[in-house]
Formats: sequence, C-alpha cells, structure tokens
Amino acid sequence: MTDGLTGLAAMLNGALPGDAPLLPLFILLTSLLASPILFALPESAARLRTGINLGVAALKVALVAWLGFKVSQGVIYDIRFTMLPGLEFKLQADPLAILFVSLSAILWLITTVYSVGYLERGPHRARFFGFFSLCVAATVGIAMAGNLFTFLIFYELLTLATYPLVIHRGTAEALRAGRIYLIYTLCGGLVLLLGTLGLWVLAGTTGFVPGGVLEGLVAAHPLAAQALFVVLVGALGVKAALVPFHAWLPIAMVAPAPVSALLHAVAVVKAGAFGIMRVVYEVFGIETAQALGMTAPLAALAAVTIIFGSLKAITQDDIKKRLAYSTVSQVSYITLGVALASPIAAIGALAHLIHQGLMKITMFMAAGNLAEGLGVKKVSEMDGTGRAMPGTMLAFSAAALAMIGLPPLAGFVSKWYLAQGGLDAGAVWVVALLLGSSLLNAVYFLPMLHRAWFRDAPEPTGERAGAAEGAKAGTAPGPRPPVGWWLAGPPIVTALMVLAVGGFANAPFSPLEWTRFVVAIEYQE
Amino acid sequence: MPADLSPHLIYGPTGIAVFIIGLVGALCAQDRLRRVLALKLCSVGAGFLLITAAWREPPAAPDPVPHALVITGIVVMISATAVALALIRRLKSLEAEADTPQDTPEASHDA
Amino acid sequence: MTPDAMSLALFVPLFGAIAAFVLPRAASVIGLVAVLATCSAVAWLAREVMAEGSMTVALGGWAPPLGIALRADGLSVAMLAMTGAVGLLVSLGALDALRDARQRQYFWPLWLLLLTGMNGVYLSTDIFNLYVMIEVIALAAVGLTVLSGTRAAVQAGLEYMYASILGALLFLLGVGFVYLEAGRLDFAGLIAAEPSAGLSAALALMVVGLLLKTALFPLHFWLPAAHANATAPASALLSGLVVKAALYIFLRLTTYMPLPDEIVITLIGALGAGAVLWGGVQALRAERLKMLVAWSTVVQIGLIFIAFARAGQVGLSESWKAAALLILAHGVAKAGMFLAAGRIRTEVGHDIIADLDRSAIRPTLAQFTFALAAISLIGLPPSLGFIGKWSLMEGAMAAGYWHWVVVTMIGTLMSVAYFSRVFAGFLRFDRMKGELAEHKGWAIADVAPLTLAFAAITLGLMAAPILSFIELGYPFGAVP
Repeated sequence: MTDGLTGLAAMLNGALPGDAPLLPLFILLTSLLASPILFALPESAARLRTGINLGVAALKVALVAWLGFKVSQGVIYDIRFTMLPGLEFKLQADPLAILFVSLSAILWLITTVYSVGYLERGPHRARFFGFFSLCVAATVGIAMAGNLFTFLIFYELLTLATYPLVIHRGTAEALRAGRIYLIYTLCGGLVLLLGTLGLWVLAGTTGFVPGGVLEGLVAAHPLAAQALFVVLVGALGVKAALVPFHAWLPIAMVAPAPVSALLHAVAVVKAGAFGIMRVVYEVFGIETAQALGMTAPLAALAAVTIIFGSLKAITQDDIKKRLAYSTVSQVSYITLGVALASPIAAIGALAHLIHQGLMKITMFMAAGNLAEGLGVKKVSEMDGTGRAMPGTMLAFSAAALAMIGLPPLAGFVSKWYLAQGGLDAGAVWVVALLLGSSLLNAVYFLPMLHRAWFRDAPEPTGERAGAAEGAKAGTAPGPRPPVGWWLAGPPIVTALMVLAVGGFANAPFSPLEWTRFVVAIEYQE
Repeated sequence: MPADLSPHLIYGPTGIAVFIIGLVGALCAQDRLRRVLALKLCSVGAGFLLITAAWREPPAAPDPVPHALVITGIVVMISATAVALALIRRLKSLEAEADTPQDTPEASHDA
Repeated sequence: MTPDAMSLALFVPLFGAIAAFVLPRAASVIGLVAVLATCSAVAWLAREVMAEGSMTVALGGWAPPLGIALRADGLSVAMLAMTGAVGLLVSLGALDALRDARQRQYFWPLWLLLLTGMNGVYLSTDIFNLYVMIEVIALAAVGLTVLSGTRAAVQAGLEYMYASILGALLFLLGVGFVYLEAGRLDFAGLIAAEPSAGLSAALALMVVGLLLKTALFPLHFWLPAAHANATAPASALLSGLVVKAALYIFLRLTTYMPLPDEIVITLIGALGAGAVLWGGVQALRAERLKMLVAWSTVVQIGLIFIAFARAGQVGLSESWKAAALLILAHGVAKAGMFLAAGRIRTEVGHDIIADLDRSAIRPTLAQFTFALAAISLIGLPPSLGFIGKWSLMEGAMAAGYWHWVVVTMIGTLMSVAYFSRVFAGFLRFDRMKGELAEHKGWAIADVAPLTLAFAAITLGLMAAPILSFIELGYPFGAVP
C-alpha cells in the first residue's frame, strides 16, 4: 500500500507541469485532506487507516523533497489568495520554510509509524489520527506562511488540532492538563492576533520580508515598534515555552507518547520558536530589532529559560517531565541564537531547530517504549532497562549524549555555532552559559544512562510486573521483546539521524548546509 | 404650529399619554391578561398619533394614507391579541395539568 | 403582472404557508418545495443585482407613496441568501428532528410565514411595511417557540410575545412620529427629511423597539428561555435568522436617519459590551447545553453592536460591513450549533452539560459539528466569525478605540471558557456508565448541521467576495 502511494506520488510529480507553482499548496493539502477521511473511517478499519496514514506521510516526504530540490535550484513559489481587501493568505516556500517543512514531514512519517504501534488497540483511533493529520497540516502551514496573517491562521489551527491529542486519554487529569494547555495557547494566540492587527494597522502589511518591513514605523514611532515587538514575541513565547510562559509544557505531558514526541520535536514549541525567527528576521529585521534595543532583553530571557529549564529538569523523577523541562531549556537555544544577532549564532539556532527535534523525538519515543514495554515511568525505576530494551536504550543514550553536546553529535554542532556566534556578537557570557547548560544537561541525563546500563534490574515487584503485564494484555505469552518493531524501530531511526546530522554536518544537503543558505538570505549577505 | 386648539394638541399628546399608560402596564402588570390589554392600549395610542398625522387645515381633505396605516395596524394587533390569548389559555391548562399529580409531563402536550 | 424575483421571494413562501396549512399531510413536501423555490428566486435576484447593482419593483404596479416598492441591493440579497440557505438546511434537519406529527404539521406553515416576513423585511423600502413585516415575523416566531408544547416553552413563548409586540408597537409609534414630521415613510423620504427633534424622538422610539426585538442587553431578558426551550430546528431559525431581521432594520435606519450624537453610538457599543460580558457569565453558569447556546446568542448580538460602534460616527460608513459580516457568520454558525445541540440531546437523551461525560453514547458527528460551529463563534481563523472579529478590531484599533478591542478580547476568552465546558463533556471518558458506543458512522440527520458549521468555517475564505457583494448597489451610499 505504502509503495503504491509513493508510486502515485512519483506519477503525480511527473504529471505536474514544469515547476508546479501550486506545489506548496499540495504539500499542505496532503495532510489537510487526509484528516476528514481519517475521521470518517470506522474504528475497525485499522489496516486501511494505517495504509492511508503511512501513504500520505510518505507522499508528503516525497513532495517536500521535490520542493526542496526545486527551491535549491532557485525556483520561487508564491501562492496568494485575497481574504480581505489588501489582506492576503499567502504561502511561500523560502529556504527557511523548507527547513521546517522537511523536519515536520520526515518526523511525521516516523511518528506515524510509532503511533500506529502505540495505539494498536487503543480507543478513538479515528479521532486521534484525524487530529494528528490536522496537526501536521498546521505545522506545514506555519512553516510556509508567507505573512503573519497566514501564520496566525495556522498557529490557531495548531492549537485546536493539538488540544484533542493532549486530552486523548479522556481522564480527569488529562482534561485538566488540556484546559491549562488551552488557556495558555489560546491566550497566546489572542495576543498574537492583537499583534498581527497592530502590525497591519501600523505598517499596512503583515508580510514576511527578509530585512523586515518596519523601517518606516521604527523611525516614526520607536515606542510603538517596541511595544509591537514585546506583544508579538511574548505571544509566540507562550508556545516556545519561554519563562514565564512555560508552565503548560510539563503539564501537557499527560498526552500519549507519540503526541508528546511530536509536540516537543516539531509541532508546538517549534512553531513558537519558528515564529520568533520569522518575526525577528522578517517582520522587524535583525538590524532594526537590534537598533530598537529588543534583542538583548530577548537573549537574556532565553538565557534565563535555558538555565531555569535545566535546573527544574534535575529535580524531576518522572521521565517525561524531566524531558519536558529539558525541552523548555533546549528550545530556548533557538531563541538565544536569534537574539544574539550574529549570523554565526543564527546558523546555530537554525541547526538546533532541526537537531533538537531529532534528539527530543528520539528520547520521547524511547520514554514511551519504557512505559509501554516495562511500565517504567520514573527515573528511579530505570535500573537495568538497557539490558531489557537494548535498541530503545541505545537510541535514548545516543540522543542524550548528543543533547549534552558530545562531539561530533548533533547537539555539539549547534552549541559550537552558538558559542562562536556569542563570541562574534561580543557576548562572552554565552560561552559560559553554554558550558553551564551542558554541565546541567549532563547532571540530569547521565544518571539516567547510568541506571539504564550499569545497574541491575530489581526483582519485579507486583506493581511493576502488573503494569508491564497490563501493557501487553491480550498478546501471546512467551519470551519476546517488550515492544514490537513498530515501537522499537522509530527511535532507532531517529537516533541514527542524530548521528548522521552531527557526523556528516558538512555534507551537501545536510541541515547545517541548508542552514547556512538560509542565514545568508536572512542576513542579506 | 397654530396656537389655537388644533387636533394636534388634543390627539397627539393624548395618543402619547395612552401609549405611556399602556407601556407602564405592560412592564409592571403581573397578570397575563392585563399585560395583553396594556399592549392593546399601546397600539391604540400609536393609532391616535397616526390619525393626528392625517389632519389637514379644514378646507383640505384629510390625508388618507394614515387611515390606511391605522386600519392595517388594527388588523395586525387583532391577530397578535388572538395569539397571545391562545397562549395564555394553553399555559393555564398546562399549569392545571401539572398541578394534578397523576399527569406526567410527557402527556401534557397532547392536551 | 410578470413575475419578478423579488415578488417571488415574497409570495412563494406566503402561498406555501397557506398551502401547507390547508394540506397538513403534504406539509413537509410543500414546505421543502417552497423553500427551494424561494432559494431559486433569491439566486435569480442575486444574479440580477450582480449585473445591475440595485433593483426596485413597485408591487402591483403602484408606485410609492400609495403603493409598496421592493428594493434589493447587495446587503439585502446577502441577507436573503443567508436566510434562504440556512432555512433550507434547517428544513432538511427538521425532516428528521420533528418526529411528532402535530409538530410537523404546524412547523411548516409557521416557518414559511416566518420566511415571508424575513424576506419582506429585507426587501422593504418603507418603515410602515417594515412594521407589518416584523409583526408577521413575531407571530410566526412565537408559534415556532411554543411548537414543542411544553410548559416551559409556552411560558417562554408568551414572554417573547409580550416583548415582541411591545417592540413592534414602539416601532409603530416611531413610525407615527416620522409621518407627523416628514409626511413620508419611505427610505428616500427619510434621507431627504431635515433633521428635527421630532425625527430624533421617532428614531429613538424605533431603535428601542428594535433593540428589544433583537435582544440587546439589557433588553435580552426574553431570549434565552425562548431559544432554549423551542425544538431544535425552531431554535436554529430563531437564533440564526429571526433576531437578524431587527438588526438589519437597525443598520438601515441608523444610516438613513443619522444618529444625533457620538454619545449615542458609544452607548450602543457599551450595551453591546454589557451583552458580551453578562451573556458570557450566564453561559459559563448555564446548566443545559441549549441554554448555553442561547446565551451565546446574547453575546454575539452584543458583539455585532460593538462592531457597529467600533469606530464611532466617522467610522459608521465602514463599520456596518464588520457588523454585516458578523451577522452572516452568526446566522450560519448558530443555526448549525442549535441543530447539533438538538442532535446531541436526542442521542444522549438529555442536555445537562455536567452529565454529558457520563453518557456511554457519544454522537461523535454532532459533537464535531458543535465544535466546528464553536470555532466560528469564538472567532478562530479562518472562519467567517474570525474575519468579522478581525474587521471589528481592525477598525477599532485604527480609530484608536482600544476599549472595544479589550472588550472583544475578553469576550473571546470567555467564549473559549464556556464552550470548553461542553468540549470537556464530549471528550472525557472516565466517568462513563457502561460500555462506550462511539462512532456509529454517518447519520443523515447530521448532514444539515455539519454543512452549516462547515460553511461557517469556509465562508471565511470567501470574505473578500462577500464584502464586495454586500457593497453592491451602495446600500448606504446613495438614495434608494
């Protein structure tokens, strides 16, 4: 089935004329149109659902690859549609968009495989995959939005599509978490609406243009421009989990593992970070933002978030919560790199957008496997898990070491560029910050690895055995791995990608190379 | 406006006064029937005012348009009154049924 | 007399109502055919208006001031189209929702009469005719309110009747004043008349009457009970369409007879703000789903008035468009939401919000529909409700009227809060009694509400053509 659909994609590619000007729209529509079909499928049609899911995800990867190739050849995509007089819905495929679209398309495919395994016998699968698909459509829309107005549309869609995923389990706890999530993100969305309106009223445009659109306003009303910066970045900071707007993220951990994985790696927090990038680079322009005196406070806020997240992570015993606080910290690297206003730091920020996604999704899928296969949900229960699930734990370890910044892994590459950028921008404290943060990363990740590999598993207590039993209820007894390949495979694949993007960082078409391409545009060099 | 005792000065304020009496009744009355009657009074007041508008200095014939309007208004108000009265009756019988204990709410709307 | 589209839009539903009353057995068929025919007439009219801008027809060949003229421009055709399209879908929903033979028998004549009155309002060119039409609407609407026959419904219907007649009579008194002062009742006469104290008094009377009929806070007291206790299709018509007639007249009148002062516009906006806040609080406290939806109508009416007042007197020439967008958005979304609420009630057996999560039966499609409609009512993109809210806030911001922006934002947050009470009921599963019986596949009865809710979302993408359509024939720019 998958092969069939990939073949169809190839046919479609052939059938589309020349540069296929609507290609970005097709990429958006693949998941947008899959969603109602998935909603409508009855619960029992599991095979068909899996087929559609994987087929569409694979088709999307193929289309994105093609789009990326075309854009690297210099093809410009620009799709416009008038919503209100002067106000356009606009999709564009600039290199920055390609970076984010590729990340979401690839990780969606992998997470879909994982979700199919994870929810094999769970309830409400039609609803889950429908919203899952919608969520990816929103992410792709955010990536390719050609102006802040379009960005806002998809930003809100993302909130709506993720809410049912967060509360998927339907328990009182899940609903409470969902309510908090909704309050934070919708308030953020409303403030973003305010900022977008402000931009529209003040500047008469909401377009994303490298170098910014606000030079006139900044000259005439610097105070209004500063207020606008605070409103826009503050609104986006909610999803990017900047302190003090981070509280929703650890609470939203109640969601099923694949949802957490996607939320942390590509969908929600990245949408916020990506939005901050767009606003700083293409609404204000980095030089204008710097001239307004807004980048230094933003860098400081990011630095506080980095340290705060790491410190909180150390105190968490719940694996997913520890990972969540780690995300709070790690995503702010991106904001930091943007706020340092140095092209080298920008390379680090963009590379980290990709690298953090790969690392974090690996760790969340691994954590999901621990909970599913062994009933392990706490750090203190991780003893001996390396022997029980070697594949999963190898993947987890690789990602954790990369996150700490062990050369030549992915995290090292981005931290290296961030530190260089800090020096370039004359901010020596950044080096200290990164060293300190890496140390804290080590403090909360290494004990997990130590427990997994160097301690023996305890005698199964009644409760844990029960949990493990419960997780595999309905399957045949016998000596078999705790989780099947649908679950074990995806984290291994993403871990290999973590190794690859670090080890082959300078290869053509590596994220880092593409990042340099993007930064050259944003800094108009 | 002429200073002598023109119909304007009799019928116009009278119409407004009648309307206000009706308005107060419609807002303050507790009894359902009284409120319908109060609304009727309002319509009479409004009709008065329209009739006033028809008046012309004696040699000229009165303007027929307001007469037509008032007649239409009366017809409209009769239908409205009829509906209101029907509703009041229905409500009364529903309340009577609810007071008799053996009746279930489901049975009530066949009455 | 050769039939023209406007006369057809008026007389087809009227004769349909009579036929459906005389032939109760065939009422459903007659009703559907009449609504379809009315829709076709409106479509024809829309085509003509697109070609010519605006059209005027003297009924029976009698020209004003003796005869009655009908006039159509972009705004009126947009209202006719919304009424027809929403009405058609609600009619389809009613086929399934009205199981009781008596309800079925009376629903169709009343609804067709209502349609006659609504179309009459949108095509009228003089204020006495408007008075007659709002009375026709009132009588039909009260009939629809009490259709379920329950005591609560009859009680609410009677209160509605009082409010409605009083509103109409205040309007009539205003009409009398206008005739005294201006000697004419047609719109052209109103525009030509010199401003005077008498005309101001007339306008005040008519506006108060209309506010009572459209249920602007604090004159909304009759609405929640009436809309919540009617049967679902009736609620959809009452909330989605009926309150819009008085709103439309308000828009027309206030532009033909300019409001005397900036303060009056601010006051109207302030009442709208009151509606948004008070209605929001009441929706948060509502125990029943339909009551919550009814309170949300109070909120939305308030929002429309804020849109009207968003930029003060100077901005009125643009503000009416924001109000019109919100009127259309609410009409479509609210009709869908009431039908969905009715479906949920039918399937679950009750509509107590706090107990929705105890039910083992989850009408997924109706719940989904409800959520889609809520997206438009909350004003999330890309729905038409969002576009309306955007226009509202844009105009307020550009004029520096930040208070309207703040109220709108608070209202948005409150609407998220009260609708998420309902979503929690849909999506919580750990309080359930018995085995889950979810996702039963497609039910034909869900098609109508789903189409409406989906339209509320997708119409947002068509906002630009809608805007240029409602400006056809310069609704407020030229002498009609």
